[in-house]
Amino acid sequence: MTEAYLDISDLSVALQHSGDRLLRGVSLAVKPGEVHALVGESGAGKSMIARAVFGILPKAVTILEGQVTIEGADLNGMSQAARRLFIGKRAAFIPQDPLTALNPSKRIADQISDRLIHILGMPKAKAHARAATLLEEVKIADPERVMRLYPHELSGGMRQRVLIAAAFAGEPRLIVADEPTTALDVTVQRQILALIAGMQARHGTALLFITHNLGVVAKLCQTASVLYAGKVVEQTGVRQLFADPQHAYTRALMAATPRYDRPEESLKPASPELMGELAREVAETDTLWAKERAHG
Amino acid sequence: MADALFKIEDLHLSLPDLARKPLFGATPRITILKGLSFTVPEGAITGIVGESGSGKTSLGRTLIRLLNPDAGRIDFAGRDIAGLDEEALRPLRRDLQIIFQDPFSSLNPRKTVGAIIGAPLLLHKVAASSGEARDLALDALTHVGLPASFAARYPHELSGGQRQRVGIARAVALKPRFILADEIVSGLDVSSQAQILTLLMELRARMNFTMAFISHDLSVVRRLCDRVIVMRKGEIVEDADTATLFEKPQHAYTRLLRDSIPLPEVSDGWLAEA
Amino acid sequence: MAEARVIRVKAGPRLWLSGLWLTFFALAAIFAPLIVPHDPLAQDLMLGKLPPAWVTGHEPGYLLGTDSLGRDVLSRLISAARPALFVAIGAGLAACLLGSVLGLLAGFFGGWTDRIISRIVDIWMAFPPVLLSILLVAFLNPSLQSVIIAIAIIDWTRFCRVVRAETMQQRRMDYVESARAMGLTSIATLAREVLPNVLPAIIVLLSLEMGIAVIVEAILSYVNLSVSTDQATWGSMIAEGRGIIYQAWWVLVFPMIALFLTVLAFSQFGEGLKERFDPVLR
Repeated sequence: MTEAYLDISDLSVALQHSGDRLLRGVSLAVKPGEVHALVGESGAGKSMIARAVFGILPKAVTILEGQVTIEGADLNGMSQAARRLFIGKRAAFIPQDPLTALNPSKRIADQISDRLIHILGMPKAKAHARAATLLEEVKIADPERVMRLYPHELSGGMRQRVLIAAAFAGEPRLIVADEPTTALDVTVQRQILALIAGMQARHGTALLFITHNLGVVAKLCQTASVLYAGKVVEQTGVRQLFADPQHAYTRALMAATPRYDRPEESLKPASPELMGELAREVAETDTLWAKERAHG
Repeated sequence: MADALFKIEDLHLSLPDLARKPLFGATPRITILKGLSFTVPEGAITGIVGESGSGKTSLGRTLIRLLNPDAGRIDFAGRDIAGLDEEALRPLRRDLQIIFQDPFSSLNPRKTVGAIIGAPLLLHKVAASSGEARDLALDALTHVGLPASFAARYPHELSGGQRQRVGIARAVALKPRFILADEIVSGLDVSSQAQILTLLMELRARMNFTMAFISHDLSVVRRLCDRVIVMRKGEIVEDADTATLFEKPQHAYTRLLRDSIPLPEVSDGWLAEA
Repeated sequence: MAEARVIRVKAGPRLWLSGLWLTFFALAAIFAPLIVPHDPLAQDLMLGKLPPAWVTGHEPGYLLGTDSLGRDVLSRLISAARPALFVAIGAGLAACLLGSVLGLLAGFFGGWTDRIISRIVDIWMAFPPVLLSILLVAFLNPSLQSVIIAIAIIDWTRFCRVVRAETMQQRRMDYVESARAMGLTSIATLAREVLPNVLPAIIVLLSLEMGIAVIVEAILSYVNLSVSTDQATWGSMIAEGRGIIYQAWWVLVFPMIALFLTVLAFSQFGEGLKERFDPVLR
């Protein structure tokens, strides 16, 4: 067994003013070279987990308990500045919206090399050369020309390639990708997924892949956590997940997903009974947790 | 198959390209639709599928004459509406309804749900009085599975799926002959998406309207539509009944679109083939 | 929804404090003839430059003292609220109406309508406003009506620009397209669908404009281009007080405070309204 590179244990965060928990004791681990899917619908807390990893939770949200460790070092124990430097050298982020994630007034070359210069302290010429190599690696034809362009001059797929290049620039050992293909056309999505998978495998990166698309989970990931209302309801290998889903919510999600190969079995909405049961389960978790807090 | 509600012949559309607008002189135009011909059968759901830039949304808006075609015929219920002006279209608007993609911007934030559904009923004299409009609006809410109490709420108090139901209620309340559904589930979660599509199938069975369902997602279309038109760059690539299109796609582009959808089952070679 | 409520509560003190002062100001203006302790125009040279009630040498009955001609400062202050309120409402509404209508039309119809209106606005804004207002009033003969006309003619562009931008933004929303698909005429769509969404911005601007109108009126009466001298105004009081600041500071200071608080209240009221309206819009 290899050591987990990113290890989140028992993480609970809550809204400051109401005390409502947004994450309910989340534990998950990603090993080097592994793609771990974080699956869930909007509001399940997927992005909150990504934010907790990078220490950029919204001001209105506080960590109640739990640890986030990278390379065995507890991030919560670090000062803001130490944490930023520690993470900057080890982890990178691929966001969903490739347009707003790039600075509109900066050329592509600078978007990639700035990170190398500022965080890794690389000399300018070297960073520039590295940026060109990276663009080639993400299969952008004529990288020298593209480096001189501004983000609005690129298509959505090209921008996402640039962001992937930027993410891999500092040779991070962990990448968190937040729905990076959701805004793309299906044909482009497939290319981008293939690109991410190839880069990840070659660099041996630990990849935490956030998505709502079960198809993407099946094709790209090895392990998965299914998230509902800030709680991991199922955590297993992807083969196991699709062959024999254990939790009722996972099964409901699968039944609701559209499938062109089995239309009659797909697009089935969850029953009100199931929704009620899920709500009860969440309430139970909260009661149990409150009790433990009171005792411990 | 039933009679055609729409018969489209050699439809051309171009739009001004504001990004390349010169300081003086006329704005250059981009060609959007390049001579399309097809029919929309009455009582069926026709899927219009394509990637971004295919012209599917513009095609939909031209059908219900929110856009003016450059050339071609749009026969709606036996009458060419391609050249009609706004004034002549107004009486037809009741039968040409649209449900929008973005349930956040398609509902006026300053109006209650009841007013949003009720106003068109009064405008087209489907309801004789505001009391009747209110009753019909409540009926429509029930039809789309929302409690009557929602009539008093404002759009910002509703979830995305609930808003989309209000959009559907607004369209079906008028009992139109044709409804254009423009990417109506693409902003929604998997479970809301399944609910909305199930609702559409129920409503269709009950009310028997004709619908064009625009989508970028082939797999959604599979269950809902009777027939699918695949578009690319302003042209029709393939036009077939749904089962045939999925089982024996004639065009390589249709096959590419279909095979690019990641099915929720583990298969190792899928990414390598890309 | 929860978030919107939080912001609404926070908007409280600013809105209530400024609202309170404005109510006070409006009541003083409306009931001025009934509540002034003295005739604001009555001169008594024997009682000239009396200090306010808390300074030695004061005379009972003259709370804020008297000016060089022996006129009661408090009475003049209250009586001067009238022209201020009159100008605030008159000029504010006139500029608002003219600018908002043109802004709505330009933003909604775009094309040539927009080009023509926007060009006029650009040309208008190239004139220095204070100079233009002085010229206008001089040309129209100094009177309160002239002041109102001058402010409206100059300041409608503020409304026009903001309302145009706001309308353009709303115009892009699907609900406008939806109204068209429903068969609503353009004018009906503008009035029934778009206007309710632009109204908060207009109301906020109106409040700010009223404050500006009060200042402009004060400037014009300072240079003696507003009402005739038989009506007290804050501007003319400040002008008179400036000359005798070393002998009777109160003649200058009290109208300045009144002017300051009123303009501040208008702008804060506008800001408060904005905070109150904003979350609903999002």
